[in-house]
Amino acid sequence: MSVEETTPRQRTVLAEPAPQEQRAASRKSGWVRRAPLLPALVFVIITTQLPFATTIVISFMSWNALRPNDRGFAGFGNYAQVFSDANLRSSVVTTVVLTVVVVGVSLLLGLLVALLLDREFIGRGAVRTMMIAPFLVVPVAAALLWKHALLNPSYGLINGVLTWVWGIFGSSSPPQVAWLTQFPLISIELALIWQWTPFMMLILLAGLQSRPADAFEAAKMDGASAFQAFRYITLPHLRRYIDLGATLGAIFIVQNFDAVFTMTSGALGTANLPYTIYQTFFVRQDYGLAAAQGVIVVIGTIIVATFALRSASSLLKEDS
Amino acid sequence: MAATAPATTAAEADAAPPQQYRKHSKLTRPNPLWGVVAWLVGLLFAAPVLWMVLTSLHSEVDAATNPPSLLAPLTLDGYRSFFGNSNAWPALINSATASVVSTLLVLALSIPAAYALSIRPVRKWSDVLFFLLSTRFLPIVAAVLPLYLFAVWSGALDQIGTLILLYTAMNLPIAIWMMRSFLAEVPVEMLEAAQLDGAGLIRTLRSVVAPVAMPGIAATALICFIFSWQELLLARSLTGVVAGTAPVFLTSFVTSQGLFLAQVSAAATIVSLPVLVAGFAAQDKLVQGLSLGAVK
Repeated sequence: MSVEETTPRQRTVLAEPAPQEQRAASRKSGWVRRAPLLPALVFVIITTQLPFATTIVISFMSWNALRPNDRGFAGFGNYAQVFSDANLRSSVVTTVVLTVVVVGVSLLLGLLVALLLDREFIGRGAVRTMMIAPFLVVPVAAALLWKHALLNPSYGLINGVLTWVWGIFGSSSPPQVAWLTQFPLISIELALIWQWTPFMMLILLAGLQSRPADAFEAAKMDGASAFQAFRYITLPHLRRYIDLGATLGAIFIVQNFDAVFTMTSGALGTANLPYTIYQTFFVRQDYGLAAAQGVIVVIGTIIVATFALRSASSLLKEDS
Repeated sequence: MAATAPATTAAEADAAPPQQYRKHSKLTRPNPLWGVVAWLVGLLFAAPVLWMVLTSLHSEVDAATNPPSLLAPLTLDGYRSFFGNSNAWPALINSATASVVSTLLVLALSIPAAYALSIRPVRKWSDVLFFLLSTRFLPIVAAVLPLYLFAVWSGALDQIGTLILLYTAMNLPIAIWMMRSFLAEVPVEMLEAAQLDGAGLIRTLRSVVAPVAMPGIAATALICFIFSWQELLLARSLTGVVAGTAPVFLTSFVTSQGLFLAQVSAAATIVSLPVLVAGFAAQDKLVQGLSLGAVK
């Protein structure tokens, strides 16, 4: 960036009215300043806060659309049901496992690819473009691609390549894996890792390229090995970028619905929380229970998001 | 050291780096092996996408062979049967309507808001930003039920207008964050100079803010378009036959239906194409946008 960035805080100070003409003028100018913000703020409050408030109310009601006459107050009944339901407990575990595995593996792969792309080689731009492609396939399309074109046991590409490789060595009985039934959760994780590695790579590559060159080169001059330079200079610098990638990734993957819905329809222990809630709401039509599940997911998300906000604010502070 | 130095400079001169990459490791000798590894990794990640496109151009019979038939003759049959489906065009048009209109609404609301958070910041601007961000972190699935009940009650079920409003709400917080980081790049000296020269608000916006912020605004619009185009949960819950979007249409391929791989691949390719184009167009600003402006 050739332009120096001025910080918003600096601007607040710069634009502060002179002390003489304060009070009335500043109140008026306060509203003039706020005016452009208000439409967006009001819109966001109406469209996001109202539905969540409604969800909280419904979570205390006994309301099943299949039994419309039974509607009433349920107290904490729905919450008790949420915590005693074994399926729901297993969907909590599935959500955690899915999120941790996908975020962890795609961060690691993303770091390795970012380190590769940080080097100079012929066609670096082309490789970067190829790397981004998985992230730009529509998630449902990507899930269909993995389900039918790659993991299908009889004509999927992965089993096809196994047949082909074994064929080269003259074997007529290659291993053929029924991925989606034998390893349902791993299959979903594989598809999501493929989509999210580019995201992590982009963030970490930006981190690598903002690394101060002098410290790194000084370390090299002092005879630090490549690994030492990475461990003691690059990694601490990347720390905040890793945090940011992990938290943003976690927020999106905790909410994942598309891959689970498309690839396994929640069967064979792959139902995560969003899918389970969707199921409670659309199939069982138990609105009270679905709302209670929703409230619990929101609480879980707030806990994760607190970390996310913290890492976002550390980058924002540096900004200012 | 002295012996290797000339070789290093020569090799570096050969591989003249593109301008946007910062050079920082003059001392590491470029090893061509790592370039080869990077190409292989890139190809590995792109392979499923390339395979999707190739399969979409094969006949159904050639698409379903084991081992795969790479060199089978190409045909547009997959695309013909995709567009032969009477639901395909309406779904694409619904998706285009919902994504484009909601993106325009997002721009109309987020540019003034970002202005009030960066160029002429209100007090407590960072609190407002974090409130906005927190709304985006709340899982959509917890809001689907009340939205559905409200849509049933108000007759807004299966209407594209409902999706437009919800996509606007979904993207607005992210757009304001991105836009703020792009507008913050406008140098304050330039704003002051414009003010001293007696330029009014509109003129300042047009001739000082717009030129610096335009690429960022375009990237924000493309990213909002991508998020709306991809969305499935809200569309699947709140639309049906009339307002169903392209991702909803794709869910009709969830269960296998005999020989249909070429058709699935064609459908997946067509639906992904706008996102691929938008994403590659926004490539340079993609990280800044996706990290909500935290990463430059």
